[in-house]
Amino acid sequence: MIAIIRQPNPIRLRDLIRQIRSAKTAAEERSVVNRECAFIRLTFREEDSVWRCRNVAKLLYIHMLGYPAHFGQMECLKLIASPRFTDKRIGYLGAMLLLDERQDVHLLITNSLKNDLNSSTQFVQGLALCTLAAIASPEMSRDLAGEVERLLKSSNAYIRKKAAVCALRIICKVPELMEMFLPATRSLLTEKNHGVLITGVTLITKMCEQSKDTLSHFKKIVPNLVRILKSLIMAGYSPEHDVQGVSDPFLQVKLLRLLRLLGRGDGDASETMNDILAQVATNTESSKNVGNAILYETVLAIMDIKSESGLRVSILITWVNILVSQGQYVALNTLLKVVSADNAAVQRHRTTILECLKDADISIRRRSMELCFALVNSANIRSMMKELIVFMEKAEPEFKAVCSSKCVTAAEKYSPTVRWHIDTLLKVVNAAGNHVPDDVVASTIQLICEAQSEQAYTVKELWKHLSIANLDLQPLVQVATWCIGEYGDLLLNSEEVKVSEKELIRVYHQILWSSQCSMITKEYALTSFMKLSSRVQSES
Amino acid sequence: MQFMLLFSRQGKLRLQKWYVAHPDKVKKKITRELITTILARKPKMSSFLEWKDLKIVYKRYASLYFCCAIEQDDNELLTLEVIHRYVELLDKYFGSVCELDIIFNFEKAYFMLDELLVGGEVCETSKKNVLKAIAAQDLLQEVSYGDSPYEI
Repeated sequence: MIAIIRQPNPIRLRDLIRQIRSAKTAAEERSVVNRECAFIRLTFREEDSVWRCRNVAKLLYIHMLGYPAHFGQMECLKLIASPRFTDKRIGYLGAMLLLDERQDVHLLITNSLKNDLNSSTQFVQGLALCTLAAIASPEMSRDLAGEVERLLKSSNAYIRKKAAVCALRIICKVPELMEMFLPATRSLLTEKNHGVLITGVTLITKMCEQSKDTLSHFKKIVPNLVRILKSLIMAGYSPEHDVQGVSDPFLQVKLLRLLRLLGRGDGDASETMNDILAQVATNTESSKNVGNAILYETVLAIMDIKSESGLRVSILITWVNILVSQGQYVALNTLLKVVSADNAAVQRHRTTILECLKDADISIRRRSMELCFALVNSANIRSMMKELIVFMEKAEPEFKAVCSSKCVTAAEKYSPTVRWHIDTLLKVVNAAGNHVPDDVVASTIQLICEAQSEQAYTVKELWKHLSIANLDLQPLVQVATWCIGEYGDLLLNSEEVKVSEKELIRVYHQILWSSQCSMITKEYALTSFMKLSSRVQSES
Repeated sequence: MQFMLLFSRQGKLRLQKWYVAHPDKVKKKITRELITTILARKPKMSSFLEWKDLKIVYKRYASLYFCCAIEQDDNELLTLEVIHRYVELLDKYFGSVCELDIIFNFEKAYFMLDELLVGGEVCETSKKNVLKAIAAQDLLQEVSYGDSPYEI
C-alpha cells in the first residue's frame, strides 16, 4: 500500500467565518482572507470535486465581505452540473450572486438549466426556475421559454408558481414571447393554491401592463377576480394565510392592483368591481400596517376606476383619517397620486395637509408641500400662501428654492389683486433669502413695472425692508435697489415714509462697499444709483 | 422589488439579494450609500424614504436592518409585510433567530428568501408551505452527503 500523503481537508465554512470574525484589525482580516483564497484557488485548479462545494460556499462568504470572487464563477457552473443536491444548491446560489446577465459565463449555464428544468426532483426544478428568474438574459429567455411554458402547465403547484414568475421575468426581457404564455396563464386562476394564484395574478398584471390587446383580452376575468377576492375577505379564519386577522394580504393586494388596471377607463368593468371594493374598504381594519397596505391599494383602485362618487368620498375620508391618526407618509403619497385625477375630492382635506407642513419628518414635509401646490386655486390662494410662506421661512435650503419658485407660479396664476401679488412676491423673496431661483428677481421686477398703480406702495415697502435688511440677502437687495432706482422720486416725495437723500446714499454706500453683496447685486445698486442721481438733485 | 439588503448597525452586510443586473462596482456603491443613509436616520422617522428613483422600505429587527428597494408603482406598506414575513420564517426556522444565525448560516438565509420571493415577486404566501419546502430540501441535502463528511 502506498501511503498517500493528503492535504489537510479544507476548513469548514463556519470555521473560516469564526477565523475572520476573530481578526482584530482590517489588515489581519485581509491576510486571513487572502490565505484562504489562495488555498481555494489552488484546489479549484486541481479540479477537486470533493471539496468544491465547501470552497465555493466559503468564497461566497468572502464575496459578501467585499472581496473579489470572480475566479469562482466557473466552479459554480461545475457545481450546478453535479448530480448532488448540495452541489446544485450552492452552485445555483453562487450563480445568482456572482453571475448576472451581464457576464458571458452565464450562457454556459443554459444547458444545465435546461437539464434541471426537466429533472424528476421538484426541488431541482425549483432551483433552476428561481435562478432563471433572477439572472435571465434575453438570450437565455429565448432558449428556455419553451421549458418554462411547459412547466406552467405542470400539475405540481410548487412548480407552477415558480414557473409563473419565471415567465414574468422572461416577458420582461423579451416582450415578443408573451403570446406563447397566454394560453397557460388563464388556467392559473382556477387554482386553489395561493402560491399559484398570487404568481398567476402577478403574471397577468405584467402582461396587461405590457400590451393593450392583452389587457382587453383579460377584461373577461374581472368576475373571477372579484370572486376570488370575495372568498378571501368572507372566509373564516385560515391559519395558513392569516396575517393579524387579515386573510392573505399579499394576494388581496395583487388582486386589487389587477382590478384597478382592468377597471381603468372601463365603465362596465368598474361597475362589476364597485361592490367588492366597497366591501374591502369597509371590512379592513386600519389600525395595523397590514390593513393599511390593503386600504392603500383600495384607495388607488377606487380613485383610478370609474367608481361611484359616494365610494370615492368615503374612501378618502378613511384614508385621511389614517394619515391623521398614524402620521403616515404613505398616505400623503397616495393623495398626491390621486389629486391629479380628482382635485375636488382631496380639497376637503386641505387643513390636514397643511398641518403636515409642520411635521417632524422631512419626507412628510416635502410631500405635503407638493400636495399643497397641487391644491392651490383662486379660492384658497390667500390662506394657502400664508401657510406656505411660514413653512418656507423655517425650511431647509433645498425646500426654499423649490417652494419659492412654485409660490411665484401660483401667485401669477391665482392672485386676487395686484397689491396682494406684489406683497406676496416680496414676502417670498424675504422668506426664501438667497435660495430664490434667479428668475424670481426678474419676475418681481417685471410685475412692478407693469403695476403702475402700485409702484409708490412698492417702493416704500422695499425701502422699509432694505433699511433694516441683512445685506446678505441678494435677491431682496437687487429688487429693492432696482425699484428705488426707478421710482426713487416716489419714495423721496412720500408723506408717510420719511427718508432723506442722505439716508439713501448711506445705504447705497453700504451696499457698494459691503463684502456680503455679490458682484451682481452691486451692479444693480450702481445702475440704480445712477438712475437715482439723474432724477433727484443731490450731492453724491 | 429591485434588491434586498440585510446589514448590522455597524454597517456590515449580512445578505444582499439583487433582482436587477448591475456590475459589481455599482452594487458596492449603491450598497455603501444606502447603508450610510439609513444608519443616519433617527428611530422616530418613518420606514419609508425616497432614494434616487426608488422607494426604500426598511425595518430594524434587533441588531439587523432589513432594507428593500422597490419601484415607484409598488406598494411600500405591503413590502413592510414581506419583510416581516421573512423575519417570521427565519425565526421559525432557527428558533428565535439572532444576527449570529444569519452570519453563520447565510446560505440558509438565502435559501429561505428564495422560497418566499422569486425574481423579486412573492411566490408563496403560506408560512407552512415555505417551511415545508425548506425542510424537504434540507433533508435532500443530508441525504446527498451519504456517509461522507463533505458538508460545507
